[in-house]
Order: sequence, then structure tokens, then C-alpha cells
Amino acid sequence: MAVLVGALIFAIVTNLQKDNTVYRAGDQAPDFQLQQISDNNELETVRLSDLEGKGVMLNFWATWCKPCEAEMPYMQELYPEYKEKGVEIVAVSLDSTELVVDQFIDRYDLTFPIPHDRNGEIRDLYKVGPIPSTFFISPDGEIKDIVNGALTLDLLEGYLNEITPE
Amino acid sequence: MNKIKCECGHVNPEGTVLCEACGKPIEGNQHIDGNDKKMLLNMRYEGTARRSQTYRKSFIDKVWSFFSSVKVGVWLIVVALVASMIGTLFPQSQFIPANATSRDPAIYYEDQFGLIGKIYYQLGFHEMYDSWWYLVLLGLIGVSLVICSLDRFIPLYKALRIQKPKRHETFLNRQRFYSETEKVSQEEIEQVKAKLKKQRYKITEENGHILAEKGRFSRWGPYVNHIGLIIILLAAILRTTPIMFTDEYVWVREGETIVIPGTKGEYYIENEQFLLEMHDPDDDRFRDAIASGGMVASNYQTDVVIYKAKQDIPGAEPELEPILDDSIQMNKPAKFDGYTLYQSGYQQNEFRSMTFKIHETNDEEATAIDSFTIDLFNPESEYILDSGFRVVLDQYYPDYYLTDEGVPASETNYPRNPAFVVVVYPPDASEPEVSFLGIGRNIDATGENDYKVAIQDFDTHYVSGLTLRVDRTLIFFGIGAAIFMIGVIQGMYWQHRRVWIHPKADGVLLAGHTNKNWFGLSKDIEKAIEQTNIKMVEDRQELDK
Repeated sequence: MAVLVGALIFAIVTNLQKDNTVYRAGDQAPDFQLQQISDNNELETVRLSDLEGKGVMLNFWATWCKPCEAEMPYMQELYPEYKEKGVEIVAVSLDSTELVVDQFIDRYDLTFPIPHDRNGEIRDLYKVGPIPSTFFISPDGEIKDIVNGALTLDLLEGYLNEITPE
Repeated sequence: MNKIKCECGHVNPEGTVLCEACGKPIEGNQHIDGNDKKMLLNMRYEGTARRSQTYRKSFIDKVWSFFSSVKVGVWLIVVALVASMIGTLFPQSQFIPANATSRDPAIYYEDQFGLIGKIYYQLGFHEMYDSWWYLVLLGLIGVSLVICSLDRFIPLYKALRIQKPKRHETFLNRQRFYSETEKVSQEEIEQVKAKLKKQRYKITEENGHILAEKGRFSRWGPYVNHIGLIIILLAAILRTTPIMFTDEYVWVREGETIVIPGTKGEYYIENEQFLLEMHDPDDDRFRDAIASGGMVASNYQTDVVIYKAKQDIPGAEPELEPILDDSIQMNKPAKFDGYTLYQSGYQQNEFRSMTFKIHETNDEEATAIDSFTIDLFNPESEYILDSGFRVVLDQYYPDYYLTDEGVPASETNYPRNPAFVVVVYPPDASEPEVSFLGIGRNIDATGENDYKVAIQDFDTHYVSGLTLRVDRTLIFFGIGAAIFMIGVIQGMYWQHRRVWIHPKADGVLLAGHTNKNWFGLSKDIEKAIEQTNIKMVEDRQELDK
């Protein structure tokens, strides 16, 4: 009997563990720290846990990704307003060449922090598949929504409102 | 609990068919094993009380009875087998080929296999082996195995342990092998005992009643076998967890150091160099084959250094400590801390750096005034040259293409088709000049440039594709299969044989039982009673019609 119960519990527990390897809405966002490379932003490094108390839009993007490029102006448009309200936009660049990112930042006049995931470590940590991929993280560090694919201005505003601190 | 006390004094649990100690059929329970319609006793599981056959009222009883049925177990296995077969009809989602029109499962299956493919996808068969219902099915087989085994093993073990040499007469005369002899002397009985002993029977006696037994452990074969199966099932279930099984693919450029995916950022890999070697076309052994079929690779090799990273937090600059320096070749993977890295692919002709020269536009010889080299993975934004020229890298497209709107853009991250917009500041401080440079492209923006920038040289490198695999379950499959086999051998090549001698008046009753190979048992008995008056047992097998 004990063998049977043990076997069952084992199977169930291992299956639950399986779910934990890919982060879902409701999970705590795993912490990371990356060098920030945008000259338009004063931060030198971005550490997720330092942003506790703020809503965080964690966006994964690259210069060569067309849909990423399409949503950048929307993010920039809403950034000043929501920064006031306590929401930080963190756009993790998956490019390998810093120069290309710099040129992109200049083209779109981006002012939010752009951490550079040079060796793909954070991409692996968050198990990001095709980009753009965006995690909306509440002020207490919980993943509220995960959006795979480009956002429209309306959608983006809706998600940002959800993670705005009270 | 309604215990049943037999006339021999033994107290049997409810539902017992044959007394555990003396074997006397217990009245009122004979229908359970079908003994009421036959002359011979059904000796399966020694006529013990099986929970599944005894209690059938509560919900738990019903679940227990359901899973204790071998028929249910076999059906579960059949369903799992059929499902596993269906899962191999089309590629599973992780094996959708990289060159497919679309790797999105929602599109791929319908596009490739039509309606059946669409149904296949909608039913979730494209991720079958990780699906919850497949795991539940495996779990149910496990539950069935455990319940089947416990339901039979525990009472059987108990009954065989407490069986007595002295059996009830009815038990003996309802055995398949049976004989009665009127007059037998004590010497003859001793002689039989000695001969049975010689045939390695274990003899136990009680008031002249004799039990000779051998090969009891063969009865445990099926249960040992089941333990092996359960280990295999657990290994199969565990294989779906990343702790026990991981399969990742990583591209590493020569000279690059990157994190190995699937290791939680713990390990980094550096590709020192990639080697692609060909068989020698001048070698007699290969000359003909190469002449007809083209060059044949003899070696794919990546020289790697594996680092263990010490890091407070993911993303922070890690402290790398080299732990392994190895050459990975086909079928010669690198192994470290439970991980295995296999050589699985390569890309060639990716650019690493490009060297450009500056010359006067109207110089037909194109004599270089000066040159500069752009590292395509880490380009500078500005190059200041000895001759006084200054070159500003205004735009860099690693994998250049022109969008539908006619805007230059990069298709990927990798310098497969690099293109640049450069601004050249001549030393004499005249107006800067803009040029667009690419492979096979050299566009002068205004058409009035005094200086031209041209590709002088370039460097390419290999990208090595490595598969990372962790499989901690293989050992369990091995152990499970070994135990499975031991169980099969145990049950197949040995038989549990028993002979009972029951003194009655001046003679004896002789009976025998075995779980298989009745011919062997009859030979044993024949040898034992040689040169005595004891009658040979009669085979009274009842064939089911």
C-alpha cells in the first residue's frame, strides 16, 4: 500500500515540477541583473529585484525583429506617463552587437532602460521562444500576463494599467 | 471481519477458499474459485482470501477490484501501446523539421498532412508523450501493477509460509496427482523420503504426515517481474521532468563563450575551434568513391572549454572556472557533471571580420591609401586611421536585406550578409562622404565621392551545433529491465513442486501439485516410489470443454 501511494505521489509531484520550468502568469518573476546600454538612460545595470514596488513591463526584443520594431514607438509613447505612475519599462535586447542596438535606440529615441542579454542567459532563464515576448510583472514581483507577439497601443495601455501600483 | 476457524484449528481470514494451514475447502466459499463445479481444486494462489474477491461493497473496494483485474491491466497496456504508436505517425512538435514552411504546429500539421494532420494537432497528439493523459495512463498501469501484485502476493506468501505438512483428506483427494495405497511399510516411507531428499526436495514432517517441496521461489517470479516493470514506468514518467531528462540545442561560434541552455546558467561553453576534415582524395581506398560521389567528411570536431559559472544572480558578470577542455567529435561526446554534449551540426561561411581599403575614386589601379578592419561581432562606431582618415560606422546590418518598403534592414542577428553605411571624413577636412557597403554592393550615395571604400579581405568562421543531453533515467530503465528479466527467468525455469504423503490406516494417500511442468513432477514421484508398494499417482486432469 505504501509503495502504491508513494508511486502515485511521486508521479504527481514530478508533474507539478514540470510546470515550474516555464514561467506562467501567477508565478514570481525570477530575478536577474544585466548591464544597461542605452545612453539615454542613467541606469548602469538593471536588477529586477531593485524595481520591487514598481510595475515592470519586461520586454524581450531584437533589432532584426520586425514586430518588435513595430511596438517600440508605442512603448516610448506611453513610457513617460507610466514612469510617473510607477511603472518601469525594461526592454531586454537579445542582439549580439551593441552598436546595432545603439543605432536603433537613436532612430527611435528610446529613453527606457535597455539591458543587454549578450549571451542569451536571461532569454534562457525566462524560456523566451519567438520574440517579441513581454512579461507584465506586478509591483510585488508576480507575473501578471505573458504576451507573445506584438502589442498594439490599446492593448499595451490595458496591460500597463493592470500593473500600475495603487 | 468474519474470521473462519477451520477444524484443524487455524483461523482464516474472511473469503478464504482453502484453509491456509490444512487445505480443507471452506464451505460457502467454493464458488469463488469455481471449485463447486469441479472435482479438482483450483490451486491458484493456494485458495487464499484475495481482497478483490472478498470485499466489493465500498467505493475503495470497487476501485481495488477494478485494478486487481489482469484483464483491466492488459487493456491499459494495449491502450498505452496504441497511443504510443499513434504518436509516431507524424513528427512530434519538437521534431518539426527546421526547413518546414512554418514551424508553428497550428499550421504545420494541416499544411503537411491535410485534414488528418489537423485532427492530429487538435487532439494534441503532437505533444503526446508529455501530455497529462499519457502520463495518467502510465500512472494507471503502475497502479494496476501494484494492486494486482499486492492482491495476490500477500495472501499467497502468507499461505505458503503457514502451510502444514498435515493436510485434510479432501485437499489431497481433490488434487490432480493422487493415489491411494492400502499397505505401506515404514521402511518404504523412509526410502521415499530419502529419494525425495536426493532430488533436493525440502521435507517437513508432522505426525507421520510428510510435505516435500522444492522451487517455491519460482512463485515470486511474476512479482519480481512487476517490480521491474514499475521501475521502468517510473523512469518513463520521470523522463518528462527536466531534472531527469533534458534535450537542448546550442549554436556556438568559434571564439565565442556563451551560457549552455538548459543548465540554469550554471555552465558556459567556449568554442575554441571547429574542424571539418575530408577524406583524402589521393588515398587509394577513397579515390573512386570521392570521384563519383564528391568529397566525404572524415571528421567533425569542436574543441571546447566548459566553464562552471559562479554568479550571484542571473545576468551578472559570471566568474568562470574552466572544468573541462575537450574535443567533441561525432560519437565522442564531452561529458561533465551528468551533462553530455554531442556534435550535431555546423554552419560555415559566416563572416567574422571584414577589411576595407580606401582609395581614390578615379584611381584605376585602386591603390589603397589606408585600410581598416571591422570586427562584425563587436564593431566600433568610429575608426581613426593613421593616414588621417576617420570612418564613422553609421549603420550596420549584420544580415542585410531590403524590406518591402525599400528600407535596408537586418534579417537576423548573425553576420551572414553584412552591410554598412559608412561616413568617410578625409584628412584634409573636406566634406564627409557617405558610402553603402555590402557583399557585391558599393553604392556611392551622392555619386560625387572623391574616395571609394572597397572590401579588401574577409574572415569567416564556423558555427558549431551541439546537443546537450541529460538522461538520468537510462540507468533506471536498465535496472528495471534487469529485474524484469530476473523475474521472468525465476518464474519460467523453476517450478514449485509439492508432494504430500498422508498416512491412513496401514496405507498412505499420495498427492502432488506443481504450478507447471506436470510431466517433471510425475518423473520425480516415479523415481521416489521406485521399488516400493506405493502406487504411482494418477493424472486426473480435467480439461475444460
